[in-house]
Amino acid sequence: MSQPTEQPTDKRRREFLAGAGGVAAATVVAPGVFLQAVANAAPRDTAVTDDVRYGMLIDTTKCADGCSDCVSACDKENGLDLLVKPEGASDELWEMQRPRWIRTVKLRNNLTGRVTSLPMMCQHCENPPCVDVCPTGASFRRADGIVMVDRHTCIGCRYCMMACPYNARSFIHENVESKSTVAPRGKGCVESCNLCVQRRDNGGTTTACQDACEQGAIVFGDLKDPNSAVSQAMAQYPTVEIRADLRLNTGVRYTDV
Amino acid sequence: MKVNFGFSVLLAVCLGLLAGLGAVHAGEGVEGTARADGLDTCVAPTAYMRRNHFELIKHQRDITVHEGIRKTDYSLAGCVDCHVRKDARGNHVAVNTQGEFCAGCHEYAGASLDCFTCHATKPTGN
Repeated sequence: MSQPTEQPTDKRRREFLAGAGGVAAATVVAPGVFLQAVANAAPRDTAVTDDVRYGMLIDTTKCADGCSDCVSACDKENGLDLLVKPEGASDELWEMQRPRWIRTVKLRNNLTGRVTSLPMMCQHCENPPCVDVCPTGASFRRADGIVMVDRHTCIGCRYCMMACPYNARSFIHENVESKSTVAPRGKGCVESCNLCVQRRDNGGTTTACQDACEQGAIVFGDLKDPNSAVSQAMAQYPTVEIRADLRLNTGVRYTDV
Repeated sequence: MKVNFGFSVLLAVCLGLLAGLGAVHAGEGVEGTARADGLDTCVAPTAYMRRNHFELIKHQRDITVHEGIRKTDYSLAGCVDCHVRKDARGNHVAVNTQGEFCAGCHEYAGASLDCFTCHATKPTGN
């Protein structure tokens, strides 16, 4: 409890900080490009709506072969780096089974020999096969388009892992010793990229992978807002959905694949 | 005089070590180090919280996961943040350690506590 005598000072400090935050929130990086401050937004107090649909555009021409900055940033943000190899497991098995929200995939055009590297994660489909097959409703699509797993109801059957055409889901095989507050996880549940949902709910405007990519290959934003960076980029460049033949209407799209 | 001084320093160090060993071991929560210890009441009156805290966080988990609502008084991260104690070295002691806030009562009541299979047992700062 603060002392009554301290209140005037405290108030001035707060006003000053709020003012400083306001200035930071509108910093102009380049004409027409605004950086929004992440920290001065309050946590969400109303339910998410379908007025927004979050999505991403990944420019594979900027994606360097052998770079895994986005993967490490994702691991750190979502506590995946806290997981340890189970006792007795071989390195090979661990690499194959360790939970990862982003995989780096290399595509080769057999006719031309052109190789493309890209990060592959949950594509946040509008019609997600993982949600179709989930027997408990744990796999669901949030109103704002984020496909995620409610671990409270996940029974670990892994149907969704089989159904996902993108191999985007991981399974937690062992008890988790060190846990992160923002990304709870435990043995027997499936998980995948949730577009840094904790940042969405706390007013953040970026994802960890986007922040980590020095090449600027990842653009994240609201697909329903025609003025968002991601919509603008999609309007400008030719983009593709991976496995567009499945008609899933993915929220993550790629250029030059 | 010189010898006496040296002896008294040695004695003081030994006594200090003994006191340290006797009072608290590292990894054991120290009384009064949780933020909750300095507050009159939890997010609701204590008697209500004792009986109904799970009702509160059970509903909270659904609205947080499905609707993204995080600005609320009822959150498990909030429970941990406020009730976690520190040991003599100033490190957080997991709330599900025997005798700590969550485990202490659940063990006594014979209620199994599943939250911490997945959720963090101390504030992780992110």
